[in-house]
Amino acid sequence: MSDLQLLLAISLVMPLLSALAVLVFSNQENIRDICGPVGGLITFISAIFIASAIMDGKTVSITLWQIAPGIDFSFAVTPLGALFGLVASGLWILASIYTVGYMRGAKEKNQTRFAFYYAVAIHAAMAISYSGNLMMLFIFYEVLTFSTYPLVAHSQTKEARNAGRLYMGILVATSLLLFLPAIFWVWTVSGTLEFTKGGILPADFPPFLVSVMLAMFAFGIGKAALMPIHRWLPAAMVAPTPVSALLHAVAVVKAGVFSVLTITVYIFGIDFLNTTGSAVWLAWLAAFTILASSIIAITKDDLKARLAYSTISQLSYIVLGAALATAAATEGAALHIVMHATAKITLFFCAGAIYVNAHIKKISELDGLGPKLPLIFIAFFLASLSIIGIPPMGGSWSKFLLMAGSVDAGMPLMLAVLAISSLLNVYYLLEPCARAFFKPAIKKVHVENHILTIIPPVVTAMISLSLFFTIDWVRPLTTLMVMP
Amino acid sequence: MLILDNIPALLVAIPLLASAVVSLLPSARIAWGFAFFTTLICLYMAVELVGIISSTQALSYAFGGWEPPWGIVFVLDSANVYLVLLVAFVSVIATLYAYTMLAREIAVEDLPKAYAVWLLAIASLFGLAMTGDAFNLFVFLEISALSSITLIALGAGQDRRALLAAYNYLIIGAIGATFYVIGVGYLYAATGSLNLIDITDRLNELGTNQAAITGLAFMLAGIMVKAGVFPVHIWLPAAYSFAPSAVSSLLAAVATKVAIYYFARLLFGIFIDITQLVDFFLLYILMPVSVLAIFYGTIAAIYQSDFKRLFALSSIAQIGYITFAFSLNSHSGISAGFIHIINHALIKGALFMAVGIFALGIGSRATMSSMQGVGRQMPITFAGFVLAGLALIGVPLTAGFISKLYLFKAIFETGNGFYVALIALSSVLSVLYLWKIFEVMWLKEPVQPLKSDKEPASAYLPVWLMVGVIMIFGVYSGEVISSGIGAANALIGAR
Repeated sequence: MSDLQLLLAISLVMPLLSALAVLVFSNQENIRDICGPVGGLITFISAIFIASAIMDGKTVSITLWQIAPGIDFSFAVTPLGALFGLVASGLWILASIYTVGYMRGAKEKNQTRFAFYYAVAIHAAMAISYSGNLMMLFIFYEVLTFSTYPLVAHSQTKEARNAGRLYMGILVATSLLLFLPAIFWVWTVSGTLEFTKGGILPADFPPFLVSVMLAMFAFGIGKAALMPIHRWLPAAMVAPTPVSALLHAVAVVKAGVFSVLTITVYIFGIDFLNTTGSAVWLAWLAAFTILASSIIAITKDDLKARLAYSTISQLSYIVLGAALATAAATEGAALHIVMHATAKITLFFCAGAIYVNAHIKKISELDGLGPKLPLIFIAFFLASLSIIGIPPMGGSWSKFLLMAGSVDAGMPLMLAVLAISSLLNVYYLLEPCARAFFKPAIKKVHVENHILTIIPPVVTAMISLSLFFTIDWVRPLTTLMVMP
Repeated sequence: MLILDNIPALLVAIPLLASAVVSLLPSARIAWGFAFFTTLICLYMAVELVGIISSTQALSYAFGGWEPPWGIVFVLDSANVYLVLLVAFVSVIATLYAYTMLAREIAVEDLPKAYAVWLLAIASLFGLAMTGDAFNLFVFLEISALSSITLIALGAGQDRRALLAAYNYLIIGAIGATFYVIGVGYLYAATGSLNLIDITDRLNELGTNQAAITGLAFMLAGIMVKAGVFPVHIWLPAAYSFAPSAVSSLLAAVATKVAIYYFARLLFGIFIDITQLVDFFLLYILMPVSVLAIFYGTIAAIYQSDFKRLFALSSIAQIGYITFAFSLNSHSGISAGFIHIINHALIKGALFMAVGIFALGIGSRATMSSMQGVGRQMPITFAGFVLAGLALIGVPLTAGFISKLYLFKAIFETGNGFYVALIALSSVLSVLYLWKIFEVMWLKEPVQPLKSDKEPASAYLPVWLMVGVIMIFGVYSGEVISSGIGAANALIGAR
C-alpha cells in the first residue's frame, strides 16, 4: 500500500473511527465531544494531501474486490471528488465544534446517538466523493440517506417522525425507481461503471435515449432537490440546526449535485452531451427551479425554511452548470459546490446561533437584534453577499464562470435567469440583516452568548471571503476536471 | 471409485434409507443426530458432484445399467448441479435449525417420525432436481407432495388451521400432479419415450406434433402448481404460514425452486426449438402472469399483518421475478432467473427461520401487533433478519443485489422501457412492507417480556449461517453469476 493509498484509507476510515469513539466515550461528555473535531481535522489533512497529489497529476485509488463483472468495490479520486472531499471534511471540523455548542446550548437529548450518526453521515459523504465508480457512489448515497434519517427524526416528536418519513420516502423511492435502474442501464450498454474522462457510453447511443437516461439520473438523485423532487428538503428542517447546516447545506445536498455533476462529466462526458444537445431540457428545468424556489423563499418567514428554499435554488445553479455542459459552466458548477457550501453553512450556523442565543426562529422577530449579536449578523451579511455573487466574496467566481458558460453554450437567456436570481437573493437574504440592524427592537430579548456557536460562523464567513483571493488554490482541480 | 461413481443415485438413496431407519429410532435426539449426519453426507456428495460437473460439463447416470432411453437416468449438467448443491446446503442448515425449533413446536414422541418424513422430503427434492425421466419425475413429485403435506400438518399442534392448509395442498397438489401425468401420457403417445433427451430427439424428427404440444401444456400447468406460480399458487400462503417454522424455511427455500428449475428445463431445454407456441406462451401468458404475481404478492404483503403469511406472499412475488426473467426468452433472462433461484432460496430461508425464532420468543404467532419492539429484545436474530431483508430488497453488497443487477440487464437488453418501469416500481413497493416490519420491531417500545428468557443460540446460528452466505454472495458474486450463466448455456447453448 503506497502512502497515497494509506491517506485515502485514513480519510475514509477516520469518520467511522470517530463514530465508534463517540460510542465508546458516551459517558464522558467532554472526551466524546472532542472526537468529532479531531476526526475532522485528521480527515481534512488527508484530504488536502490527496487533493495536492491529484493536482500533481497522480492517481489515488484502492481496489478491494470485484462485486460483479465491470463493477469493482473500489475508490478512485477524481479531481471533482478531491474537491468535494475537501469541502465535506473541512467544514465537518467547524460543524462538529458548532454542534457541541448548539446541542449543549439547546439542551438536546440523546447527544451520543446524534454525534454517532453525524460522523457516519460524514463517512458516507467522504466515500461518495472518493467513489471509483457509479455503483460505489450509489451505495454510499444510500448509506447517507439511512444515516441521516435518525438525525432528521432526532427529536422523536410526531412532526419529526413524519418529516423523517417524507425524507426517507422521497429519497429512497426516487433512488430505487430511477437512479438504480439508470445505473443498471449504463452497465448493460457499456459493460463498466468506472468514472472515465469523456464518458463511457458508446458513441452511437441514440440522443433521445441519452435524454431519458439523464432524466432518470436527474430525478433519481433526489438529493439534488431539482423541482419537483424538492419537498424533502424543507421537511428535513425539523432536524436540529447542525444537521441542517452540515448535512442539508453541505454533505447531503452537495452529494446530490456532486453526483449529477460527476455523472455528466465522467459517465456521459460533457462533449457528448454538448454535441447531442440531450441536456438542454435539464438546463431549462434547472432555470425554472432557480427562480421558482427563490420566489417561494421570499414568502417564508421562518428563517430556516427560507434558507432551505434558497438552498434548493442554489443547488440548481450546479445542475444548470452540469446541463450546459461546457468547460466553463461545469467548472463554475464545481466551484459553486465549494462557494455555496461555505456560504450556506455560515447562514445556517447563524440561524442556529440566533435560536440558541436569542430563541428566535422567525425573520419578522429579528428587529433590532443586530447590535446584541453583532458577529453573527456580520457573518450572515458576508455569507449573503457570497451567495448573491458580489465581489470580494468567493461566490462571485462561480457565478461568473456559470455566466460565461451559458454564453459558451449558446444559451444567453440563462444570463438573465442568473441575474434575476441574484436580485431575488438580494431581496430575501439581506432582509434579516436589514431588520436586525436598522429596525428598532419590538420587545426585549434576553440574549445568551454560547461562544462555540458564534466562532464557527465567523470562521466560515472568513473562509468565504478569502476564497475570493485564494481561488487559485482550488481552481487547478476544476481545470483538471475539464481538461481533455 | 464406487462411491464417487454412484453419487447421483446415492444422493437419493441415502436419505431415503436413512428415513426408514430414523422412523424406528427411540429418542428424538438420536433421530435428529442421524438425520443431521445424513444431510451432511448429502452436502459432501453435492460438493463432489459440482467438482465433477465443472470438469466434465455433463453426467448421465443410468440406473442398474439400463442404458437410456430404456432405463431411468439421472442427468446432471450446469443447469441443475448448483440446484442440487443448494438443496443440500439448505437441508443441512434447516436440519440444524430444526434441532431447537421443531422440538418446541411438535410433540416429542412424534419427532422421530417427523425427521423420517423430513428426510423423505429432502430425498424427493434431490430426485426432482436430477431426474432425466418424465415419469420418474412424477414419482418424485408425489413423494415430495405427500411428505410436504405431512410436515405442514405437523403445525396443527400450534394452530389447527395447519390441517386445512395441508388438506388444501393435498387437493390442489393432486390436481397439479394429475395434469402433469396426463401431459406425460400425451407425450409418450406422441414419441414413445419417457427419457427427456430421447423425447427431444424424437420431437425434432417429428416436427410440430399436436399431441406433444398438448402434452406440454398439461405438464406445464401441473408444474406451475407445484412451483407456486400465480394464479395457481393458492395453496402456498396458508401452507407456508401454518407449517412449523423449520418446515416453512425448508419448503420456502427449496421446494418451489426445484419445480421452477424443471419448468425452465421443459421450456428451454426441450420445447423451445420444436414449437412456436413456447414463444407465444412466454410472451403472452407467462410474462403478464409474472407481472401480476409480482404486484399481487407485493401489494398483498404490504397489507398483511401476519409475518409468515407476509413472507409467503412475498415469495409469490419473488417467484414472479424468476418467471418474469424466464419470460424474456433470452440468454441473460435465463441466467438472471437461475441466479435469483439460488439467492432467493437463501434469503427466504433465512427470513422464515428468523420469524420462527421471534414467534417462539413471544410464545404466539408473529404479527404486526405482537412483534412490537421484539427486535430490541432479540437483537442477534433481528440483525440477521434485517440483513436478509435488505437482501430481499436488493441492496448492494448483498446477494439480492446480484439478482437485481442481472434481472435489469436482461430487461434492458430487450430495450423495453415499460418493463423497466414495472420492475423498478415493484422493488420500491417491496421496501414498504419491510420498512413496516422494521418500524414495528425496532422503533416501537417492547410491550411484553419474552416467554423464553434468551434467544437460543442453536436457533440463530443457522440464521446467521444463511445470512453469512447471502453476504458472501453479495460481495464475491463470481460463483453465483457463473452458475446462472452456466445454466443458461446448458439449456439454450452458449451465447
